[in-house]
Amino acid sequence: MAWNAACGTAFAALLTIAGVAATSRPAQADTVSIACGAVGQELDVCRKLSDAWARNTGNSVNVVSTPNSTTERLALYQQLLAAGSPDIDVFEIDVIWPGILGSHFIDLAPYTKGAEKDAFPAILENNTRDGKLVAMPIYTDAGLLYYRKDLLERYGEAVPATWEALTTTARKIQDGERRAGQAGLWGIVFQAKAYEGLTCDALEWIASYGGGTVVAPDGKITIDNPRAAQALDMAAGWMKDLAPQGVLNYSEEETRGVFQSGHAVFMRNWPYAWPLSQSEGSPVKGKVGVTVLPAGPAPDGRHAAALGGWQFAVSRYSKHQALAADLVVFMTSKASARQWALQGGYFPAIPALYQDPELLAANPFFKDLLPAFTSAVARPSTATGGKYNQVSDAFWNAVSDTLTGKATAKDSLASLQARLNRLSRGGRW
Amino acid sequence: MRRVLPRLGLYGLASLIVLYSVFPFYYAIVSSLKTGQQLFDPGLIPPQIQFDNYAAVLGQGVFLLDLFNSVVVAVVVVAVSLGVGVTAAYALGRVRFRGRKLLLLSVLGVSMFPQVAVLSGLFELIRALGLYNSLPGLMLAYLIFTLPFTVWVLTTFMRELPKELEEAAIMDGATPWVIVRRVFLPLLWPALVTTGLLAFIGAWNEFLYALTFTLSPEQRTVPVAIALLSGASQHELPWGPIMAASVVVTVPVVALVLVFQRRIVSGLTAGAVKG
Amino acid sequence: MAAVPVACTQDRAPAPPTLAESRVRAAWLFLAPLVVLMVLVAGWPLCRTLWFSLTDADLKDLGAARFVGLDNYTGEFGVLRDPDWWRAVGNTLLFAGVSVAIETLLGLVVALVLDADFPGRSVVRAAVLVPWAIPTVVSAKMWAWMLNDQFGVINHVLMTTHLISQPLAWVADPSLALGSVIAVDVWKATPFMALLILAALQMLPTDCYEAARVDGIHPVTVFVRVTLPLIRPALMVAVIFRALDALRVFDLVYVLTSNSRDTMSMSIYARQQLVDFQQVGLGSAAATVLFGTVALCTALAITLGRVRLEGAAG
Repeated sequence: MAWNAACGTAFAALLTIAGVAATSRPAQADTVSIACGAVGQELDVCRKLSDAWARNTGNSVNVVSTPNSTTERLALYQQLLAAGSPDIDVFEIDVIWPGILGSHFIDLAPYTKGAEKDAFPAILENNTRDGKLVAMPIYTDAGLLYYRKDLLERYGEAVPATWEALTTTARKIQDGERRAGQAGLWGIVFQAKAYEGLTCDALEWIASYGGGTVVAPDGKITIDNPRAAQALDMAAGWMKDLAPQGVLNYSEEETRGVFQSGHAVFMRNWPYAWPLSQSEGSPVKGKVGVTVLPAGPAPDGRHAAALGGWQFAVSRYSKHQALAADLVVFMTSKASARQWALQGGYFPAIPALYQDPELLAANPFFKDLLPAFTSAVARPSTATGGKYNQVSDAFWNAVSDTLTGKATAKDSLASLQARLNRLSRGGRW
Repeated sequence: MRRVLPRLGLYGLASLIVLYSVFPFYYAIVSSLKTGQQLFDPGLIPPQIQFDNYAAVLGQGVFLLDLFNSVVVAVVVVAVSLGVGVTAAYALGRVRFRGRKLLLLSVLGVSMFPQVAVLSGLFELIRALGLYNSLPGLMLAYLIFTLPFTVWVLTTFMRELPKELEEAAIMDGATPWVIVRRVFLPLLWPALVTTGLLAFIGAWNEFLYALTFTLSPEQRTVPVAIALLSGASQHELPWGPIMAASVVVTVPVVALVLVFQRRIVSGLTAGAVKG
Repeated sequence: MAAVPVACTQDRAPAPPTLAESRVRAAWLFLAPLVVLMVLVAGWPLCRTLWFSLTDADLKDLGAARFVGLDNYTGEFGVLRDPDWWRAVGNTLLFAGVSVAIETLLGLVVALVLDADFPGRSVVRAAVLVPWAIPTVVSAKMWAWMLNDQFGVINHVLMTTHLISQPLAWVADPSLALGSVIAVDVWKATPFMALLILAALQMLPTDCYEAARVDGIHPVTVFVRVTLPLIRPALMVAVIFRALDALRVFDLVYVLTSNSRDTMSMSIYARQQLVDFQQVGLGSAAATVLFGTVALCTALAITLGRVRLEGAAG
């Protein structure tokens, strides 16, 4: 395994050297640079697939690894793109970046032959900006509810279908276990650090209560409504006794740490936590269930999961756009999506693949999670365009104020509405 | 008894200082021996002695190359900073001329902008000079924070040296260059080693410029290499490898301190002053 | 003070005036590399920031930037009218003031210990430098993990020694967060202070101490009346550079508490505008105001600390 990795690295090094040599001679423009994830599974699959494309087409590919941290990656991309740098042809971008970076990318529609229509509609809509298809989805992600099967069984509780039921169940189990000597057990953990993750979590609560998505697709600001306030009040209620105060600074890994060590009944997290919770040495191995996030109260309640995932886009400063677009089409095709799923466990962005027998054999829980993806709610990144990060920042701060008890949900949402109105100059973005 | 107590106090204080400084590093070493679930276990004793994480980090050939890059960049930056710094410090500290104050303050002013604001301009500059994705580009960028620091510290120390030394040399007809080299340089060793060491660490640890101005794995430095380590999936934190890499990165700096020990200690002796 | 010999006093006259001219010429020659390098490296980036701060530049298309005068500073959406900015200023000043003060005191203590002669001193000296030697990107993450409320080693140790009964949320609790950030900064930056002060101590002429010791003066008195005044110039330079760093603090706060408004520093604000929000104009204005604030603090330190810029007094 280590030998394999070393080989891969050496090979990549050779490729890069070849790539640098090639780009210095403009006549021979047949090397495409692609920015994939950092080292790890993602990079491995990326490398294998792009090598296959290179073999098929007789071109070569230079895989550039980028930082694991999303914020650092965005900063690096912005620097390169703002300077009009042709060093990277294909960028791997987060689901919320089409609005922010979209103006630097080419329209992929002329190259895809309609392949984008296979993807989940929410993703397609998310990746289309001003009628331009700026990115093709590689794989998708959605918020999920993890629960302790063993504890639910012991207390005779069903898997909660609504947030109300979740709160009651969590309290019952937490009280019972603490009386039994498990002092460190908490009802629920989630991500509430002042960062993008809190926006995802809070959007799920609010959307499932029927409170909208902060900004509607047409740009109208909708956040100041009673259902949204109700949803936030529910989460603020957890802060009193069901969640440790530390969640206010938790991102994904801290949350997983508490849950996987057996110190929480419920956890909201992304699919990545599943194989890890089932890995060798995990104290909760075999005791974990995973399902769609609960719905809000009737009649407007629904299941809602924040849409995540990564896409490929082609820089408009690229010196060989057609070639780069061809690589993107290849890497995001149905066949490639199967490879991402089989080799890396990534969730395909193409619903048809959730019927694929070979995939289901490898990942049996794919089928159960299809509802999570079909119910996925996109963050308002397309409607707000380049201002999305400002919206998200204002939103997570308002939510944070409610969770810490600095302001009531009603007040903080009202001031958020005012702030967003000012920011968008009256919803015009 | 009166002699023993202060001694004991000194040792107590020294141990306290060492404990305080090194405990997190000790914990980093312990963490570097952990794998998987053990990441979430706060135990202070290594669960096992196995070097999987080190093998994983060092096993990818590029890491050693990156380590080498860091050494090259830091050494060149320190050499240039000290070279330019010493001569400038002589001029600023020992010679009276118009505009000296302004120059000193301007040099300091460069260190007052936040790094992120300077980033874009430096990026454009480095691209214009054709130094993008190369070590010389990084070296140039690092001078922006090492030079003001070296110049100021060396100027301060230079100014405090007794005038008798210089006067004697001037009487002997020595040129300013000879004065700097023969008279001041030997006396400045503690200051030179200290500023050199601090500048070295500054260049060694720099992250933002290194990330932005290099692209290919062969040109990267160690902090970037560490930031590029990742788990199998997007959110997973590869804690063991990160800690192993950090330990590997810190060792050269500690070795450097041990090597330059004597130079920090040997300073101005009473004899030298009278010289 | 009568016991202090001549060599310790600060009266150091410059060289004879006859040589002055050729010395000045040599001085400019010596300064040339510094000036050329500084202008080359810093000139363009700084001018560019100043210029962009007067435009409505957006990262989407920098070429389309229009001149808007002082709008980014005092306009309706300007930095100076943003309550978040003023909160960041307050946080930063508090952070820098407290952490630099503690670092100076601790740095002095550590330097004095390292200056004493005892076996094993070289090991202690290397050990002291370790916090400064670990890359900030790593040490900040390390502390974030150590300070975790549920599985952090700090709470673990404090709980097992019964110093606390409940785990504390060091970085999540708004009342503890800034204190935790300061504590980590003190751990990280004290070696910097200690090393510079140590260099100053090492360069002191020993005859001052000899004279004082012969006169039987108490060591504390010697320290306050002889040592401290003598190392003051070096100490002030160390304080100034530490303060410059502390006022521009970024990674540490960013890793520990992210974009939380409770601990946001001026640099984080500027970065958020420049990178996250793509408002290069506004972000450059924030960076420029940050520069102004730092310059003000430095000027204050130089004046209050009586830092000599002109060299010899006589």
